[in-house]
Formats: sequence, structure tokens, C-alpha cells
Amino acid sequence: MGIEGIGARVVRKEDKRFITGGGRYVDDMVVPGMKHAAFVRSPYAHAEIDNIDLSKAKAMPGVIGILTGKELKADGIGNLICGWMIHSKDGTPMKMGAWSPLAVDKVRYVGDAVLIVVADTKSQARDAAEAVEITYKELDAVTQAADALLPGAPQIHAEAEDNLIFDWDLGDAAATEAAFARATNVVSLDIVNNRLVPNAMEPRAALGQYDKAEDHYTCWTTSQNPHVARLVMSAFYNVAPENKLRVIAPDVGGGFGSKIYIYPEEIVCLWASKKTGVPVKWVADRTESFLTDAHGRDHTTTAKMAFDQDHRILGLKVETKANLGAYMSLFSSATPTYLYATLLSGQYNIPAIHANVKAIYTNTAPVDAYRGAGRPEATFVLERLMETAARQLGVSPPELRRKNFVTSFPHQTPVIMCYDAGNFAASLDAALQEADYAGFGQRRAEAKTRGRLRGIGMSCYIEACGIAPSAAVGSLGAGVGLWESAEVRVNAVGTIEVLTGSHSHGQGHETTFAQLVSDRFGIPMEQVSIIHGDTDKVQMGMGTYGSRSGAVGMSAIVKALDKVEAKAKKIAAHMLEADESDIVIEDGALKVAGTDKTIPWFQVALAAYTAHNLPQGMEPGLKEGAFYDPSNFTFPAGCYICEVEIDPDTGKTAIVQFVAADDFGNIINPMIVEGQVHGGLAQGIGQALLEGTSYDTASGQLVTASYMDYTMPRADDLPSFLVSTTVTPCPGNPLGIKGCGEAGAIGSPPAVMNAITDALGHENITMPATPHKVWAAAMNH
Amino acid sequence: MSEVSLAVNGRTVTGTVEDRTLLVHFLRENLGLTGTHVGCDTSQCGACVVHVDGKAVKSCTMLAVQASGSTITTIEGLADGADLHPMQAAFREHHGLQCGFCTPGMIMTATDMVRRHPEGLDEATVRAELEGNICRCTGYHNIVKAILAASQTMQRADGAAQAA
Repeated sequence: MGIEGIGARVVRKEDKRFITGGGRYVDDMVVPGMKHAAFVRSPYAHAEIDNIDLSKAKAMPGVIGILTGKELKADGIGNLICGWMIHSKDGTPMKMGAWSPLAVDKVRYVGDAVLIVVADTKSQARDAAEAVEITYKELDAVTQAADALLPGAPQIHAEAEDNLIFDWDLGDAAATEAAFARATNVVSLDIVNNRLVPNAMEPRAALGQYDKAEDHYTCWTTSQNPHVARLVMSAFYNVAPENKLRVIAPDVGGGFGSKIYIYPEEIVCLWASKKTGVPVKWVADRTESFLTDAHGRDHTTTAKMAFDQDHRILGLKVETKANLGAYMSLFSSATPTYLYATLLSGQYNIPAIHANVKAIYTNTAPVDAYRGAGRPEATFVLERLMETAARQLGVSPPELRRKNFVTSFPHQTPVIMCYDAGNFAASLDAALQEADYAGFGQRRAEAKTRGRLRGIGMSCYIEACGIAPSAAVGSLGAGVGLWESAEVRVNAVGTIEVLTGSHSHGQGHETTFAQLVSDRFGIPMEQVSIIHGDTDKVQMGMGTYGSRSGAVGMSAIVKALDKVEAKAKKIAAHMLEADESDIVIEDGALKVAGTDKTIPWFQVALAAYTAHNLPQGMEPGLKEGAFYDPSNFTFPAGCYICEVEIDPDTGKTAIVQFVAADDFGNIINPMIVEGQVHGGLAQGIGQALLEGTSYDTASGQLVTASYMDYTMPRADDLPSFLVSTTVTPCPGNPLGIKGCGEAGAIGSPPAVMNAITDALGHENITMPATPHKVWAAAMNH
Repeated sequence: MSEVSLAVNGRTVTGTVEDRTLLVHFLRENLGLTGTHVGCDTSQCGACVVHVDGKAVKSCTMLAVQASGSTITTIEGLADGADLHPMQAAFREHHGLQCGFCTPGMIMTATDMVRRHPEGLDEATVRAELEGNICRCTGYHNIVKAILAASQTMQRADGAAQAA
């Protein structure tokens, strides 16, 4: 490992601009003639639009244009779509209701966009938006998935009878029934996985610019995947053909899933730019973000696990209702199905599993993938069951898990996934030791003398990253392939640009990706630039989500580097009059192994471009591209142990220790990986203790629509974390790496809730375990 | 409309603003100082923190006209030429940022925090003092580390300055 190579703790190249105020986010963009937009949104959860009166608003100062859904439809702009087809167990396709970027005759959740106002300034746009008069006929609303299925519930989309989008099964129902029939013990839990608001700190934004002379559109947008945005806006929303549409996602201030999707606002800003003849910028305020960013989770589940007399798992039955909100967001159907039920085997040998998932429309914000996406929900079900089972069976929680661990690989689960590698006992042992699990009894007794309830809980998670291969996800209903692209451009003086289809919005790609190149050619990282986020620069890419940029994005770069290296070696062999197979690359030079014959990297690059002395028939230049399609998912796994102290008088829960032992395979930059774990843990602990999304069930109003009402984790809600890694390289990709972006958020909620239920002595509490709930739970027992 | 005149990052600037213009919008839109961010509109998140007459202030909570006559430092004015401020250097060294959106506000809050605690900082104090700054990426772990490290560097520099 060089000081900047693979495995080095290199500080980030991109930090300089962020710490000096030089970051460039969408709201920082200014183009000549730019004007500002405000959206008028539905104040009702469910209503028919009776009449829109624009007369007052149009007379307001600075107003340039006010555009409605009818005009949008008249111009042929398409409806938003869900890009993953799920079939119900009876074989029928999912029932997708129409989602117009601007509502035409009906609104279905509070925040549904109705029209756009464009004005000289942001304040004027907002003032004019206030002056728009819309009369609605309010309809009954429903916000909870279970309620939406009840007879007589409000019907949200004509296309989806009884609000049921699909009724989907995975696994073998008969084998699972048979397993339960011979069980000695059955453990059951009713589980709520609370709805979360992603809350990237940068609110969503879009700047649409139409160039009349060129008939060309440019969209600056807060996107995790600008190429997918261009593809979808072109192919489905009819904004413009791909060659006439450039999408740029510059610095993006966090995403966590919520910026994967293509939302109404970017489509409407582009269209409005053409209609009004001015570039149109919209930036969400925080309440708009709460109302309209795709939310996460919102499952209610009944789960049962069957054990034999030796405490081995025989089977698992899971029934889940997934609230998908008012419209089907881009990947909303995949999250509670193929990203959820396929992980229900966890780290365990479970011979029979059956899962049923009902996806349901409600009058709430659309729900889609949020950090972890289905895998946190699966892990929560399993790990709450395992801990509860250990308590009910009277055995040690770590030993019950250990007894049921998968220990030989590859391991085919009954729910599609085939685990390629892992060592679950290693991460369990590492966590037990770090947490001093054995000494917990003493700490609990000591806490008792101070009137505190101390509890310990664990979670052994496995997740699937780098979703793939393309042919497999295609067969399961995905509308896109999930490969990644890379292009390595060596300049004539040896500096290098790497173009990647991955997108960095906090993950540090400009550093880790440059480390790969530095490691390969022995040149300093400052001579390597990573370029991403612009469809005019990078030909095609699938973006960053699902912890895919390491396993898939970097693997594409490795493939391209292989090709560059091969050509460079050919050139060097020719120049040094040696055999190509004898050329090695060391310390920024190409050498003939075992001799003193050497040529610096930059001279090989220069030779490629002067083309004065290349091998016979070789094309000039040194630039190679690659597409990498993974052969399998990668399977990060680990063990988290949380220790809490509860003050029974106030219900306040303090996390006194949090241990994370993860196996991410090989690691490129440990500093960045640890940072990803820290952030994921904070989000998972936030879900467990603090973050509750509350819709008023009668009116459908979002009660928690600001930071005054929705509890974001603050610094003093969290401890410093004890993180470490064990290493089982992934055999499926050239770097042996897995994914680290989501593990923290996947593994931590059950660890926290297992600790709290351990402290309380009963299982009857839901997330978020707020002081009020914990106090009530402590009082009632 | 009102006239405002203030010193921003060592330069006197004037402008005509609507009475309702917030300081953050004046900095971002009139002066092009886009390092100061707007994350929440309700003075909760702290992405907009700048120094007004040496104290950390949420610039989304102050009208531009209120700031008239003040001396303002934004994230763009914190470094001494090409030399990073110790707090900026510590955030980089300790990986105290990921997406970078909350970072300017964090750094401006943190430098003020060190100033207000000449007795030194410990982890609990740093965590409590960060109540008004929200980060969604880092889990605060490395932000706390960075602030504690910078606090020591800044105190050493202060001590050296006083000794000289």
C-alpha cells in the first residue's frame, strides 16, 4: 500500500472547496436571465380541483408566467412512472395510478403540486403563489396502510381497486407451513417500522434552462443519478430527446435515496423554461422537503419464527403491509419486495421462508428507498425476532444466533439470494469483545444502584449491495440495467481524468477513485481528477445508491485501468525494446523487470499522443472505457451491540455505548468507510429513538413538517461510536470489496430496540422510542 | 427598500434591499457568497451561521437591515489567505464532513465555540454546544473530533501569540 494507494487513510481531495465555501450546489448556480419559481401545492390530503382563478396572481409584481397541469398535459408531458414491475401472486401486474407532474383534476396528498409560478424574484414568486385562488372539493383521506384496505376506505386511484397496488409472495408457503407444524417453539412479533423523512441537509432544487436557438435543454438538479434522470425525462416524460437534454448534478448535499427519483419539479422547471422563455430555478424550503421528498420505511408486519427442540430455526413467516403513499415513486415497488423479502434469511440457515407483502396507496407523500431500502426493514424483523426468541427460550442471544449462522459458502437461501462469502462468527466475536458483553451484568447492577435501567441488545445483519446482475434484475422486473461505466483518459503529459457514472454526494469518490489510479500507476493523486455528474461529459451511468459505487463503480474503473495498463505496457515494451510480458509499473515508471531499463509514466503517455514511435498498427492516444456488470450482489455483514441506560422517571434513553463490527471486504480508504458507518448509525439510532413522521389520521396533514416538529439526531443525542472491521473479501469483483454506505442504518435500529426492551423487561414498545413512550412503558411494568 | 452598508470579509459593501431581505439572502444573492447555506428556514439547522461582530449568528434569523453597520465574516473569509483556519484544517484532517452542506455553518459555529470557552472544551460540551447545527452525514463523531483537535491548536496559537 502506497501512501495514497489502496487501503490508505487519505484525506479527501474534495474537502478544500467545502471547507472554504467553494462548494457548488444547485442553489448556487446563476445563469443569465434566470428567474425564480414557486409551486402551489395542495393543502388537502385528498380533494377534487373545482376551479383555479389566476386573475389576482397574474397581476402581482414581477410575475412572468403561471402554468397549470392542463397546459402541461396539452404539451404532451408524460406522467411519472415507477420503473420496477411487480406482479401480484395471482400473476396480475401492479396497479399503478396516474401521477401527473402538475395535478389536473384531483390531488392526493398534502403537498401535491398543482401549478408553478415564475417571477423575477423568489419572494415575488411566493407572493404570487399566495394570491392564486383554487377551490377544492375535499374528499375523505386515509393515511395508514391498514385503514386504506378496509371496506369503505377512500378510493385514491381508479386504477387500484381497494387501494391495493400488489399482493406479492416470495418463498415456499407449503414448506413453511410444514416447518411450523413440526416446531417445538414459535416466536411471534407484531412490528411497526416507522416512516422516516430522509432530510438530506441540502433541500431539493432544480434549474431548467431552455435554449431556443439550439432547441436544447439544460437541467441542474440535486440528483444521485443524472443519467437516469435524463433517460426517464426523455423516454417517459417527453421533456426532450436525450441528445437535446443535458442533466448536471453538481455538488449535491446528501441524498440517502431521496435524490434518486425524478420528481415533478425538475420536469416542470424545464418545461416552464420553454414556456416562459427564461431559465427557471426552484429551491425547496424545508417544509416542502418534508412534504414532498420521498419518505422511507412505513411497514407494519406480523412475523413468526419456528424453532426445533435444539433451538435451530425451522421456518419464518412474514406478512407485511407497505405504505407507498399517494403515488408510486420511481423504485417504490422494488423496496418492499426484492430489496426486503430477499434478505429475510439474514445470517441464518433458515430452511423455509414465506413472505407476503401488500403494497398500499394512502393520502401521504410517496414512499421509496431510503438508506438501506428494504434491508433495514428485513433486519429489524429478523433481529427483533432473534432477540425475543433468545429471551423466550432462555438462551443467550449471541449463542442462539451463532448456532444458526450460515458457515459454508456459497449459501443459497430460500429467498433468491446466494451469499458468496462471509464470516459471521468473526464479526460477532469482535463485537462481543469490544462491547465487553460478558461484563454487562456488573454494569447493569451498578446502574441499578443509580436508579437507572440498563439494557444491552445486538443485531447481526446481512445486506445486499451493488444490486445486480443486470439480466437478473431485469428478469425480476427492473426497467433499467444496473451496471456502471468508466472512462480513463490519460492526457499527453500523463495526468489522468477518470469519468464515472457514479455520483458523489458526500461519499468521497474524488478521493477513493483517485486512490485506485494512484495505486495502479504510482502517480500522485493530485494528478488524477474524477469527473462525474454531467451527462455531457460522462456518456452513461447508473448513479449512486444501494452502496453500489465501490463494488460496481470502482470495478468499472478497474476494468478501464486494465485496458490502459495493457496499452501503456505495449508502448513501453516497444520503446524499451523489451517483451511486453516483462514490463512492470512501479513508482510512476514502466520498467523492464530485473533490469535498469525504465521509462517514466508521462513519457509513455506523451509517446501515445505524439505517435512518432508506436508499435506497428497501434492507434494513437491513451484512453479506454469500460462497462462493468456485476455477477452477483455483494453481502456486507456485521454485528452491532448497543448498550442503553434509561431514566425511568423521565423516560430518557441514553446510548452509553455503541459497537459496530462490520465486514465490508477489502477497504480502499478506512477513514471514509468509518465515516459512512458513523452516519448510517446516526440515522438508524435516529429511527429508533427520535424520528417519527406523523400524519393526522383525520385530515391527512403532515404534523411533523419542520425541524421544530421532526426530531433530527443532534450531536448530544449520540455517543462516539466504537467501529471496527473484519475482512472477508468479496470473491465477485476485482477489488474484493463490498458496500459500506447503508450498513449503519440497517443494523442499528434493532440493536437499539433490543437494548431498550432488555432494559424494560418486555417487548411492547415501538420506534421511535421517545421519552414519553419509554416512560409509559417503564411505568406499566 | 432600504440601504445597507456593512463590512464583509474585510471589504465594505453597500446595497439596496427589500426590508424583508434576510442577511443570508443578501450574502448569497447580492454578494455571491454562496458558501453560507440555507437548510431549513426555521433557524434549526445552522447551515447559515456566520460571524456578526465576532459572534456566531444564524444569518437566516437576521434581516440584512439589522446587520447594517456590522462586521461580518463568512466561511469565505475565515482562512488567512491561502492558509486554512485551524478549524477548517481540522475538519479536513479528521473527516468532519461528507456532503459539505452543513460544513460552513459547523465551522463558523465551532470557531465561535472555541472563543467562548477559553478554559478548553471536552466532548460533552462540544456535543451540547452543537445543538443548533444539524448534520445528516457524519453522525457528528468526526465533527466532534475535529472541533476538539482544532480547539487545542487554536489555544496553542493563542498562547504563543500572548507569550510573544
